[in-house]
Amino acid sequence: MTDKKADRKLRIGFIPLVDATALLVAADGGFTGQEGLDVELVREVSWSNVRDKLNLGLFDAAHLLAPVAVASSLGIGHVRVPIITPFNLGINGNSITVSPKLYADLAAAADGNIADPAVSGRALARLVAERKKSSAEPYTFGMTFPFSHHNYQLRFWMAAAGIDPDEDVRLVVLPPPYMVDSLASGHVDCFCVGAPWNSVAVDLGVGRILHFGCDIQSRVTEKVFAVRERWANENPDALAALIRALAAAAAYVEDRQNLDAVCAIVAKRLDVTPEIVSRTITGVLKVATDGTTRASNRYILIGRNNAMRPDPVQAAWIYAQMVRWAQTPFSGELLSLAQAVFRGDLFDAAIGAAPSPNGSEPVDGIGAFAGPRFSPNDIAEHLAAWRPRRSERPRLSIVR
Amino acid sequence: MQRRHSGTFGLGETRKGSEPPGQGILPRPSDSNLKIAIVDESPIRAAILEDGLREAGFTLVERITETRNLLARVYAMDPDVILIDLESPSRDELEQMFQVSRVVKRPIAMFVDQSDTASIQASVDAGVSAYIVGNLQKDRIKTILDLCISRFNAFSRLQGELEEAKDALAERKVIDRAKGVLMKAKQLSEEEAYTLLRKTAMNEKKKIAEIAQSVVTAAELFK
Repeated sequence: MTDKKADRKLRIGFIPLVDATALLVAADGGFTGQEGLDVELVREVSWSNVRDKLNLGLFDAAHLLAPVAVASSLGIGHVRVPIITPFNLGINGNSITVSPKLYADLAAAADGNIADPAVSGRALARLVAERKKSSAEPYTFGMTFPFSHHNYQLRFWMAAAGIDPDEDVRLVVLPPPYMVDSLASGHVDCFCVGAPWNSVAVDLGVGRILHFGCDIQSRVTEKVFAVRERWANENPDALAALIRALAAAAAYVEDRQNLDAVCAIVAKRLDVTPEIVSRTITGVLKVATDGTTRASNRYILIGRNNAMRPDPVQAAWIYAQMVRWAQTPFSGELLSLAQAVFRGDLFDAAIGAAPSPNGSEPVDGIGAFAGPRFSPNDIAEHLAAWRPRRSERPRLSIVR
Repeated sequence: MQRRHSGTFGLGETRKGSEPPGQGILPRPSDSNLKIAIVDESPIRAAILEDGLREAGFTLVERITETRNLLARVYAMDPDVILIDLESPSRDELEQMFQVSRVVKRPIAMFVDQSDTASIQASVDAGVSAYIVGNLQKDRIKTILDLCISRFNAFSRLQGELEEAKDALAERKVIDRAKGVLMKAKQLSEEEAYTLLRKTAMNEKKKIAEIAQSVVTAAELFK
């Protein structure tokens, strides 16, 4: 049976970020072509645009923040359009970058190794308390979207140190291309964003990478390849072909022999140098302007450690963060809806291989640096461990 | 608790009855005192849109051209409707307002009317998005949105025509220069030079302007 697989151009939206690599390489590296697909990549400037164009059918598929796929399917903050993902484009890949001034202040206030997020969090808590005492302006933190791991990771890190991210600091949404300028101008003191923006800030001398996202949680699904559920149902062949092309591209990306070719493709689409892309892909990042580097084999996972297959535990984790930060109420029904967004079954059907167990991955699937182990079956209890003093107050304030 | 501004699911129903805070005793604002904010990185398009809205009787129209600290600017202005172009990355900043709490005096929603996907699609196609602050009747925002769509489309048409005109002008210039080169080098009349360019273009299945450009480039190399 052939659906519309080959007789129509597929329009796929993306935001110029390194975690779109599997998609960019699939299309520009010829993998979609090999599957007989005609793909047009459309570069977008905002996640709102990507979401709307996907929801309205102007895009067939998109590179999307995993939490946006869940939010759209649950109808949180916007009209409800069921979105599914049969493929993870990237696990991890974010960094928390601070201004040189904040870094120095954190280092001075630290009671241990600042590379430990528990230590840096406590140091931040001290600075926050000092500012409060002297009635100084609170610190401002930039993140990319209300439904994003950038938002959740900053909050997780701060809250683990007893900081109330809604009361004690300001959290603002900033488009990724504006992050670096905002840090340079002092509009924000810190941001959490994906590549290449942390490296750009380091290179310009306006920021220092304080933590990799994987320091906060060892494994979170950052970006997904998203399609409307309806589109998936109507175009099973095209979808399976896309999944195969993406999987082949992701495997190609992880083979270091192909590093130059991969970085060239991505750099061209992102308008940056291949070298800056290579830092993210290899997980060897310059973290300070003086050239200090730090390496992590968990910085971003694209085609290894079973990164490609959607995992409902990840959807549950995202939903738990939404509940924790009062973006949505808790219900078993919403949890099931959220988990149904991550379609490992479609991945398996297209790839035809059982997932390989991986010993190096966190036992609860998430591996957060603080708090109890995560269990999707016990979200209420899990969140109770974090329960703050208050519950009915509005959250996510921006400007005061 | 999240306040789900479910205006996103059909404004008419969910908003009915609730008065905008602070305006409870006032009569419903008429179009002339409806405050509209335009966030557009293209100053020309913003001006075109503003003109259109004024002509349609909306007098309180303000353009926000500086997107730094956008939310603070929006709050300071406290508009009833926010129109933003889709080319602006700042759109994501506005999305944060769906979540917002104490700072926003009035609920905000994106204008999404599920009964009328076509007009939303038309607006996204045209490159504009509308956000509604507080209570606003569906038909009134529809008027504004329709106006946006037509002005945005008119703008891109104009821009397209301008680009074409520019291209045509540039092509004419390069063809004139190539003719000059050929006339001098081969002792041809202007007409003969043009004929030669056209013939070559036909033989090589290229545009005359492309051949002309090669002639000009070659001439520069031989200088």
